[in-house]
Amino acid sequence: MEEKKHIISVTVENRFGVLARVAGLFSARGFNIDSLSVAETEDPTVSQMTIGVKGNERILEQIIKQLNKLIDVIKVQDLTSFDHLERELILIRVNATNRANIMKIVEIFGSQVIDVGQKSVVIELIGDSHRIQMMLKLLRPFGIKEIIRTGKVGIRKTREKNNG
Amino acid sequence: MTGAEIVVEALKREKVEVVFGILGGALLPLFDVLYKKELKFILTRHEQAAAHMADGYARATGKVGVCLATSGPGATNLVTGIATAYMDSIPLVAITGQVATPLIGNDAFQEADTTGITRPITKYNYLVKDVKDLARTIKEAFYLASSGRPGPILIDLPVDVQRGETKYHYPEEIKIRTYKPTIAGHPLQIEKAAALIKKSKQPVIYAGGGVILSGGADQLEKLAEITRIPVTMTLLGLGGFSGEHSLSLGMLGMHGTRYANYAVMESDLIIAVGARFDDRVTGKIETFAPNAKIIHIDIDPSAISKNVKVDIPIVGDARSILEELIKEVKPLSLENWHKKIKEWKTKYPVTYQDDDKLRPQYVVEQIYHLTKGKAIITTEVGQNQMWAAQFYRYNRPRTFLSSGGLGTMGYGFPAAIGAQVGCPKSIVFDIAGDGSFQMNIQELTTAVLNHIPVKIAILNNGYLGMVRQWQELFYGKRYSYTDLGGGPDFVKVAEAFGAKGIRVNKKSEVKPAIEKAIEEKKLPVVIDFRVEPEENVFPMVPAGASLNQMIGGLA
Repeated sequence: MEEKKHIISVTVENRFGVLARVAGLFSARGFNIDSLSVAETEDPTVSQMTIGVKGNERILEQIIKQLNKLIDVIKVQDLTSFDHLERELILIRVNATNRANIMKIVEIFGSQVIDVGQKSVVIELIGDSHRIQMMLKLLRPFGIKEIIRTGKVGIRKTREKNNG
Repeated sequence: MTGAEIVVEALKREKVEVVFGILGGALLPLFDVLYKKELKFILTRHEQAAAHMADGYARATGKVGVCLATSGPGATNLVTGIATAYMDSIPLVAITGQVATPLIGNDAFQEADTTGITRPITKYNYLVKDVKDLARTIKEAFYLASSGRPGPILIDLPVDVQRGETKYHYPEEIKIRTYKPTIAGHPLQIEKAAALIKKSKQPVIYAGGGVILSGGADQLEKLAEITRIPVTMTLLGLGGFSGEHSLSLGMLGMHGTRYANYAVMESDLIIAVGARFDDRVTGKIETFAPNAKIIHIDIDPSAISKNVKVDIPIVGDARSILEELIKEVKPLSLENWHKKIKEWKTKYPVTYQDDDKLRPQYVVEQIYHLTKGKAIITTEVGQNQMWAAQFYRYNRPRTFLSSGGLGTMGYGFPAAIGAQVGCPKSIVFDIAGDGSFQMNIQELTTAVLNHIPVKIAILNNGYLGMVRQWQELFYGKRYSYTDLGGGPDFVKVAEAFGAKGIRVNKKSEVKPAIEKAIEEKKLPVVIDFRVEPEENVFPMVPAGASLNQMIGGLA
């Protein structure tokens, strides 16, 4: 079966131990988590996790069933099966030998330089994985010193009712 | 009210009849309340045994079993027992002491991260940090343990929370927004299942522990009797359908009957009820029942299509779904199928070499005859377990208690004690091996002091027998460390503990020994059956072989 990347959105009770339960579920079954982000939602008793995983359909089905089985889990969605948006924040420290060219790239991407030093600058970019890959590709020739990324978050697209 | 008092009040509210365990420093406040003896407490000699006793009690009675242990080593000793219950979906509430909340995480004396350790082997667990949460937590624990797919729940209770005071209020009902087990099966799925059953020519019902847990044995019997579909059972399903019934095929799987395995492999429809297609049941999964459509009834959606692809899943409580399914089905004409099965049954009966030697199978058969199939049987793990499954016909649910999933040696004896406490009028036998029995032998004290007259039938072959069998068959008879070197004199051991001990060397002594054990109403009885040392469990599906590629056990 074909391995595909999936983004699973898991809504959970905001309690201690919940992250360990979710992470434990993956590790106990030998599933690797590619990326993970967790934060409180507008309801402080509820947290939202976005988990990036790779796997075939059967593994995915098991993951989702097992997540649903956890007592602290409120809702599980495989965002990849819906029309959805995904974003990631990345911070890139890059050699500042050619500032002008770097600034051009930053401009093209609508990103920002958030720290400037003698030898390097730090660039902040928000985007989907495609956009981030493109930016990294263009910056690589200058010498990337450090990358920090948040992991993906995702949301389903709004479904507007057709008024026509 | 103090936290400790709340625990006892709450357990009384949950109608807990008995608690098994051992105290320790982190449980002193709770045990100071238990001193009033408002709750029956059985002091065990090892915490693992306490968990198995609670488990045996739960399996025999259908109620939630409760065990207690102190922090650190007390809690870690419970782990095997909790994992055993988890694998077999047994409702258990384990309460562990914990160091005082300000010390948690400080490597305090007798501290262990109990909730961390038990997270993967409990259905849910709690660390109670505030006495105000205690009553609700206990209520939730009992609800979670016994509802949906049952399982063990652990409550970790710091010593200062036991001492803390709050107003006692026990909630009548609780709602957990994230937890809503499906009970009723989807009507459309049930309809589809009925249609598939109607069309089948060679159907088999494959019944697991879920039938017993849901209390659906009567419904299963009705379904089988209306449709005339033969029934095979998993190890944990034994007793969920009477082994004495003409439609019974006995157990399937690695050491199942040949006719059960042949029937499953040649079936055109498998109706799985509360069973999970475990690797010991399916044999080589790729070749399992190649022509069969599969209907799978299970309360746990994650059990469905986990190991085999299912055609019609029905999620819900087995009893409730069977109840609905019965209304939809009609008698089938399965004459050819029954003829085929009858031929297999005649040609490949469950048998052994019944000569003048003392063979373990004979012992199990005699226990069955002399108790008229009415005893509660617990087993250890290994050959004793398989012979107990093959040569005793379980005719009622909750009479065969065995560690199926985890395969815990040392389970049977404490489980027998728990079962006997829950069912004081029943005759309870632990069919044991000499290896397994030694893993919780210290509980003889517990049984003697509490006048628990369980009978331990040791099928003593001087080996870790099942492993020796594998070494014989697949490792060129290289018996690496499976010879137990003679072991202790079990009769003397029994007597030293204050129990009764009987030695049986000859076949002719088997019946009198069992009869004597049955007559004993006060003390545990250890019968040391010196059986043929290299007897094997047959038939057998070798590891990695298809279910119908069985070896041995031919008449």
